[in-house]
Amino acid sequence: MTTLIKPTKPWAKSPAERARDFGFLIAGIGIAYLMVAMTGMAGKLGYAFSFFVAYGAIVSGFSFITRGAPAAKDAFVKSLVAVGAIVTILPIASIIYTVLQRGLPGISFGLFANDMSLSAPTDPLENGGVLHAITGTLTLVVLALIISVPIAILTALYLTEINGKFAGPIRFLVQAMSGVPSIVAGLFILSAVLYPITKNYSALMGALALSILMIPTVARTAEEVLLLIPNDLREAGTALGGTQWRTVAMIVLPAARSGLMTAIILGIARIAGETAPLLLLTGGGDTVNPNPFNGSVGSLPYYIWKSFNAGSEEAITRAWAGLLVLMMLVLILFVLARALSTRKVSK
Amino acid sequence: MIQTPESEKEMSTSAQPSSLSSVANAKPARTQPTHATGTGLETRGIHAWFGKNHVLSNVNLEFAAGSVTALIGPSGCGKSTFIRTINRMHEFIPGAAMAGEVLLDGKDVYAPGVDVTKIRLQIGMVFQKPNPFPSMTIGENVLSGLKLAQLKVANKDELLESCLVRAGLWNEVKDRLGAHGGSLSGGQQQRLCIARALAVSPQVLLMDEPCSALDPGSTLRIEETIRELSDSMTIIIVTHNMQQAARVSDYTAFFLSDGGPGEMIEVARTSEIFSQPKDQRTENYVTGRFG
Repeated sequence: MTTLIKPTKPWAKSPAERARDFGFLIAGIGIAYLMVAMTGMAGKLGYAFSFFVAYGAIVSGFSFITRGAPAAKDAFVKSLVAVGAIVTILPIASIIYTVLQRGLPGISFGLFANDMSLSAPTDPLENGGVLHAITGTLTLVVLALIISVPIAILTALYLTEINGKFAGPIRFLVQAMSGVPSIVAGLFILSAVLYPITKNYSALMGALALSILMIPTVARTAEEVLLLIPNDLREAGTALGGTQWRTVAMIVLPAARSGLMTAIILGIARIAGETAPLLLLTGGGDTVNPNPFNGSVGSLPYYIWKSFNAGSEEAITRAWAGLLVLMMLVLILFVLARALSTRKVSK
Repeated sequence: MIQTPESEKEMSTSAQPSSLSSVANAKPARTQPTHATGTGLETRGIHAWFGKNHVLSNVNLEFAAGSVTALIGPSGCGKSTFIRTINRMHEFIPGAAMAGEVLLDGKDVYAPGVDVTKIRLQIGMVFQKPNPFPSMTIGENVLSGLKLAQLKVANKDELLESCLVRAGLWNEVKDRLGAHGGSLSGGQQQRLCIARALAVSPQVLLMDEPCSALDPGSTLRIEETIRELSDSMTIIIVTHNMQQAARVSDYTAFFLSDGGPGEMIEVARTSEIFSQPKDQRTENYVTGRFG
């Protein structure tokens, strides 16, 4: 006969304790209402602020009475940390909510099937769409990836694997480069490439400027990821008769793959919504431009900017819909990149 | 006493000399000639530096083809540095320098024009911590040396099996060659690393404390493997476990540093080192009076 032993969690909160914590929460909300009613504070911010203060005071006061000063400090810091987390989440949740609320009315099938070549932003929503902007943004992102990922990863490899004489200055310059304002990158390409050489708007010009912004982000993250790869693996590869290049290509880079993909995702996040250089370099055309090397090309940020500027009710709805599409596009790119990086090693 | 590598070390250092010599003689003498290729390895006047720090002074040792030599001595006496000069891994450490000759089949591995990657194919290495490549499966790990050195081999499956059999791992992994190397236990990972080193068929195998991170059972398996491998290759093993040195090696070299650079104090047949060492310092060390 076997005795059945039930798994228990003696450290878990008892129902009484849970009821007590819920009571604190209610008390906090009650005090927050009273404080707003009695003092000059008003609005949602007033409620939130007085709730956090009241709840923190109740919890740490209770801990002080039952378990003394150290426990009170612990409870106070705990509620502070919770406030920090909530304050971070709130704006993001609010942004997503607002974009969904305002953008959804503008979403229709036609939006994804048409471009704006025959319509103006102020036209009824049935006319025109963002096809040209989606293809344009994808072209820009893909071109920028093609240009900057090899450069950034080679830079990171130089900094970690070769670590030569120039590693220090290069690391410093890469860090300095990550602070370059996007409009400066745009003006630089405008004056260094567009005016003297190509003399025409194109997706390539935009992608060049975006690469200037993307390379330092990817290179710095990739460097940190490569530094995490244990030196044992490099030694093992070399001891098996691999040259440095073979060891890096076969062992170090595959071992760092998911981290490198994170670096690339951060790079995409840096550039996907970038607007300033595109205003200068891409021309913001209203038709789908299949040639990435010549001719003006639209993009979602440009479309949003243009629609808002048009000002009518339809145009502003278009802008919100464009924002929603841009957010979805970035999300899809993230998920794709994540899926690629965690793919199982094939035999 | 609980049998862990640590406590074994304790035992060996606290045991009486008489019991040590009985351990030393426990291994049967080698009878049949070995199948090892080449004429062995010789080091002449090896010195090593890290920056201005002189860590190893004038090591002269001969390793006969097919012999197992244990290097013993307290931490920091330059044993690991010494074996890293043999396969030219020493030069990876920034600021490292060396002097002397390492003769493999009579040719200096440091001679100008020598292809260092070829040297490392002939002189394999097993590290202290098991380090299978994380992005590869068990099978890929074993064959990774071939890919790294871009060698062609007629029958990969046969080589894979023979390496794993010789490393004593085949029966445990034959049904899951496609699993990740990291899914194995520590002892299995170390045997995988040995199989990986065998795949490029080295003449000499260097082992830098291969069992220091393993439990006694795994240690025993690896010692068996070392005995079997010594039929076909020259093995140099660094160990802090004197009983292990006594169990697996034909020759033992004792290294010591008294504040200055590490030196090779004495080398002899293992049974002699443990039963009648010539140098007082060796005797003090193997009988556990210091170190």
